[in-house]
Amino acid sequence: MDTDLSSQDRKDLDKFIKFFALKTVQVIVQARLGEKICTRSSSSPTGSDWFNLAIKDIPEVTHEAKKALAGQLPAVGRSMCVEISLKTSEGDSMELEIWCLEMNEKCDKEIKVSYTVYNRLSLLLKSLLAITRVTPAYRLSRKQGHEYVILYRIYFGEVQLSGLGEGFQTVRVGTVGTPVGTITLSCAYRINLAFMSTRAGEDNGAVYPSVEDSQEVCTTSFSTSPPSQCVFTVTKAHFQTPPPVVTDTLKVPVMGLAFSHQLSSSRLSYQPAALGVGSADMGYPVLFAGGLHAAHPHQLIGPGKEGGVPPIPSQPAHGTQADQERMCTPLDGVHYSAATPSSSEDTETVSNSSEGKCGSPHDLLETIFVRKVGAFVNKPINQVTMANLDIPFAMFAPKNVELEDNDPMVNPPDSPETESPLQGSLHSEGSSGSSTGNTHDDFVMIDFKPAFSKDDILPMDLGTFYREFQNPPQLSSLSIDIGAQSMAEDLDSLPEKLAVHEKNVKEFDAFVETLQ
Amino acid sequence: MVGPGRTRCCGPPGAAPAMNCRAEVLEVSVEGRQVEEAMLAVLHTVLLHRSTGKFHYKKEGTYSIGTVGTQDVDCDFIDFAYVRVSSEELDRALRKAVGEFKDALRGSGSDGMGQISLEFYQKKKSRWPFSDECIPWELWTIKVNVVNLANEQERQICREKVGEKLCEKIINIVEVMNRHEYLPKMPTQSEVDNVFDTSLKDVQPYLYKISYQITDSLGTSVTTTMRRLIKDTLAL
Repeated sequence: MDTDLSSQDRKDLDKFIKFFALKTVQVIVQARLGEKICTRSSSSPTGSDWFNLAIKDIPEVTHEAKKALAGQLPAVGRSMCVEISLKTSEGDSMELEIWCLEMNEKCDKEIKVSYTVYNRLSLLLKSLLAITRVTPAYRLSRKQGHEYVILYRIYFGEVQLSGLGEGFQTVRVGTVGTPVGTITLSCAYRINLAFMSTRAGEDNGAVYPSVEDSQEVCTTSFSTSPPSQCVFTVTKAHFQTPPPVVTDTLKVPVMGLAFSHQLSSSRLSYQPAALGVGSADMGYPVLFAGGLHAAHPHQLIGPGKEGGVPPIPSQPAHGTQADQERMCTPLDGVHYSAATPSSSEDTETVSNSSEGKCGSPHDLLETIFVRKVGAFVNKPINQVTMANLDIPFAMFAPKNVELEDNDPMVNPPDSPETESPLQGSLHSEGSSGSSTGNTHDDFVMIDFKPAFSKDDILPMDLGTFYREFQNPPQLSSLSIDIGAQSMAEDLDSLPEKLAVHEKNVKEFDAFVETLQ
Repeated sequence: MVGPGRTRCCGPPGAAPAMNCRAEVLEVSVEGRQVEEAMLAVLHTVLLHRSTGKFHYKKEGTYSIGTVGTQDVDCDFIDFAYVRVSSEELDRALRKAVGEFKDALRGSGSDGMGQISLEFYQKKKSRWPFSDECIPWELWTIKVNVVNLANEQERQICREKVGEKLCEKIINIVEVMNRHEYLPKMPTQSEVDNVFDTSLKDVQPYLYKISYQITDSLGTSVTTTMRRLIKDTLAL
């Protein structure tokens, strides 16, 4: 098979395939970091940008990829796979995608290695850039942070798709024929993202529930077309605490690489092959105990990592706040060269989203659903938001539009489903609104339980307030006889008051000046 | 919504590759405010695949190629993100074209239907007094149907649905690109302007032109082209 290929061509081809594999991993992993990527075009070739594309190299990712390859190249029966999975703060994890770089036996002997194969590999990388943004995991990764993180794992050998659940879909990114075989790049992604949350002490094995099971806890499953919103059940949602993010201002002078180590480790963690589903020990508590402040990021990464990095300060994830400083524009200082050991004055960092589209916590939280059972089980996904779940009167969310009937201040029911038996009395004319039966003997005495009041502490305190509020005493100034008397007095005292005010005109003017 | 249609618009099958122009058609239904972003997403994705780094010719007829950077773009009115070439000039050119298309769609006489076309062509020099010929080799047509929505809930659903549809379109585009069908062969230095647009300072797309058509309420096409769209240039 190789007899027609010159040794130089063979060497070149091997090199192309090797660096293509490394760049493929970089593109996939960087697309799951949760941030917008921005690299600069350069009209002058640097000689170090493989495939004429500005794809930065995260050192850890390269290291892991090389480790997985172990000096081999993708070949028939030996595929390089990048597994993307999701892990929640509660320890549940789920495989989302498997990206496969495979080689089959179909050879193209006529093709020119140094030109055509190279250019087609470049085109395939561009396709990969595009496709990595359209699978469901992309949107999930953009919203990762406090509640869940995205992990990656690289392995070499046989493709393992069983973790993707039933009915996973595949998308082919592209193929490139070479004299030694056809390179194929594809992605298999999970479509059923319905998720069963497992609590401590409960069944920990149900990581990949069936759709039927999960509908008890989730409002909806996913549609089959990418991308879809993610639905999880989470017990707590810490909306005030900004999720941990990567620092951006660490300047890495000598090696000329934009991506600091934290970038990969803070949110996108390497999960070594030995790490099973249940092993949340490795870095998991570290990641979620109050963010990454206390964590040494390298705990999350496979052993043997060099370098130490400072703890990662909290920073909002994409979608919560805008961070203008991190926006990467083509006008930024320096074009990045992956292999040039020149110092760079400015690091070109991954841009964070500063667009107003996700300018509120709402978008970050729209993936979080709290209730196991309850009012929102049957609601379509686009109606279930944190706003709905969080508002104090969510239970009273009106199905009718009569404000007064739904106003709990006027009509506080005992429970969402039952109307207060006192509703009639509260609305009746002339009624004092009393609940504890101090007016009419033919009414049954029922305890008046206003919404949100507790019986055990200061009983009826809120109820007392309600009653008084319903029948406030009349304002003294509004009563006729008192008003009449004071009116006469007021009129008499007017000239004196005016005289006093005129004397103090200057003071008034000075006061007005201070206000302006 | 119809997926991409693939036809050969000129030349008999089996003719030399330069004689064939492959045509791909994509259709989208969007709300008015989504037109711009949807068009830019598709056009940028196509141009990402049809742009290279700047060529630098050396002696002995060889050349080196510059580096193409990329950046993520989030849509404001669609739940969608795409990758484009990091070139402000290219982005401006596309935004200008799409902006004009969007305005034309909104204009009177339009029923909210139209199409925008991105055509890649090669120039063939002709001797005086004939002008250079433009030979298209790839044509992308995006048919747009603008829908009107009644309330915010429908808009929210539309955001998601259009996002999903655009994902399908991106996959379709990538599938076409990776068929590795005809591409103009790499030109010599003297011919480079016949194949590539060398006017941009940071990247080098293949020569392209954008045109659009608006369908008025009678269903007839009102051709409003920015540049002449040549459909039958392959009668050579």
